[in-house]
Amino acid sequence: MYLDNSATTKVSDEVLEEMLPYLKDEFGNPSTLYSIGRESKKALEEARQRVANAINAKKDEIFFTSGGSESDNLAIKGIAFKLQKKGKHIITSDIEHPAVKETLHFLESLDFKVTYLPVYENGIIKIEDLKEAITPETILITIMHGNNEIGTLQPIEEIGKIAHENGIVFHTDAVQTFGKVEIDVEKQNIDLLSVSSHKINGPKGVGAIYIKKGIRLIPLIHGGGQEKGIRSGTENVAGIVGFGKAAELACSQLDEHAQKLSKITNELTEKVLDTIPESYLNGDRIQRLPNVVNFRFTAIEGESLILLLDSKGYQASTGSACSSNTLEASPVLTALGLDPVNVHGSLRISLAPESDEFDVDEFVNILSEAVKRLREMSPLWNQELDYDGVMCKKHDDCRRC
Amino acid sequence: MDYSEKVMDHFANPRNCKKMENPDGVGTVGNPTCGDLMTIYIKVDGDVISDISFQTFGCGAAIATSSMITEIAIGKTLDEALKISRNDVAEELDGLPPIKMHCSNLAADGLQAAIENYYETHQS
Repeated sequence: MYLDNSATTKVSDEVLEEMLPYLKDEFGNPSTLYSIGRESKKALEEARQRVANAINAKKDEIFFTSGGSESDNLAIKGIAFKLQKKGKHIITSDIEHPAVKETLHFLESLDFKVTYLPVYENGIIKIEDLKEAITPETILITIMHGNNEIGTLQPIEEIGKIAHENGIVFHTDAVQTFGKVEIDVEKQNIDLLSVSSHKINGPKGVGAIYIKKGIRLIPLIHGGGQEKGIRSGTENVAGIVGFGKAAELACSQLDEHAQKLSKITNELTEKVLDTIPESYLNGDRIQRLPNVVNFRFTAIEGESLILLLDSKGYQASTGSACSSNTLEASPVLTALGLDPVNVHGSLRISLAPESDEFDVDEFVNILSEAVKRLREMSPLWNQELDYDGVMCKKHDDCRRC
Repeated sequence: MDYSEKVMDHFANPRNCKKMENPDGVGTVGNPTCGDLMTIYIKVDGDVISDISFQTFGCGAAIATSSMITEIAIGKTLDEALKISRNDVAEELDGLPPIKMHCSNLAADGLQAAIENYYETHQS
């Protein structure tokens, strides 16, 4: 059973079916004038309308990209380069996706100043902190809608309102919330918004950026002037068609799916916290995505837990350092102020609308057994081991200590 | 993580994984804030390791290397056991992913720490 839908999702049959003609006979370049090109152009514009409808935007405010990371890069660098004469200060949160965080690190290397707002124990920024961080130099606020690890939702409507009161552009990374939580760019005061297709049962390699009418930015990719010059390069027509269909499907059943998934994740949370000693929910219990929960268990390490769960047929993920390519513990969980030892014992479960058959009781039994087993093996469980002063022997190539 | 079958076997069916009562030597290495902590327990008969067990908090590689070293070390003299290297453990497991070679491959250090503890507590 696949429980890692925040990582990616399966392309749905309906989406695939709409895409297939554009991978076969309808291969025309949308920029050409003859009929086969016009067909592609028509499909592209229909997809654009579907994505626009999903967030209460206008069709000409949607620009297709290669995915969430590109949209984040385009929004942030595009505004920074466009407005740098006005100011070089940007405000963000401590728990942004790397596509935002690393883009900001890059801008810092170009003498931009970035303020990282803390998120506190529940994973949510404080509005007062935001107000205090604003300076006359601030040109952009970029704060994510829903967090990819703990699912916490930020108060974006209020953030957008404050941004606009101060004449600042507001960008939000909505990759995790698009199609799962209602988004209304008008009501929520959003100027720029990043979304991705593969998180909502669409294909990989396609996403979009919403750019509010009147907002100007510098493109990342120059060339043939596609997407009104915002994003050159021949469009990924089949991918975009699939994305449009996935957006339509996700948003037409958004409330129904959200209710269903909230019910499952709430039940899961209650049962895990009741059944497993020293288990905790990471992030806010209420202000979060309906489909994501993140737990932590003391005295065990996440990669081991993932391997044991996989051997029982469940695929989930962890913020443990040992499971990452960089051997660094999750910066998101660390930003919650957790003891580094406890960050290693985290488990993220992320569901999709098709997760109906997920049997909470059966899963909690298996999880409970796995945690128990790893704790029996752990020198940190139920023992008064004084590990202060115990260090690994120094190895020059160890990047951790 | 791309683990060999042998690593997965030692992870899923760890050998000699328990806390030992009245061990002759105990060694703990690693750092839980980094995600790996390992305790090796030994019993010594003459100068031979007659029993060995471990407890490990850590990833699949940390558990598998702990398990493997108990199999390598049992029946060896203390001098022989001190010569077991990290590479020996990794080789016996048909290799480890490069990223796991150093941080999670602590078992040889743990065994050395247990033997040092034995010498400290049993020789005066």
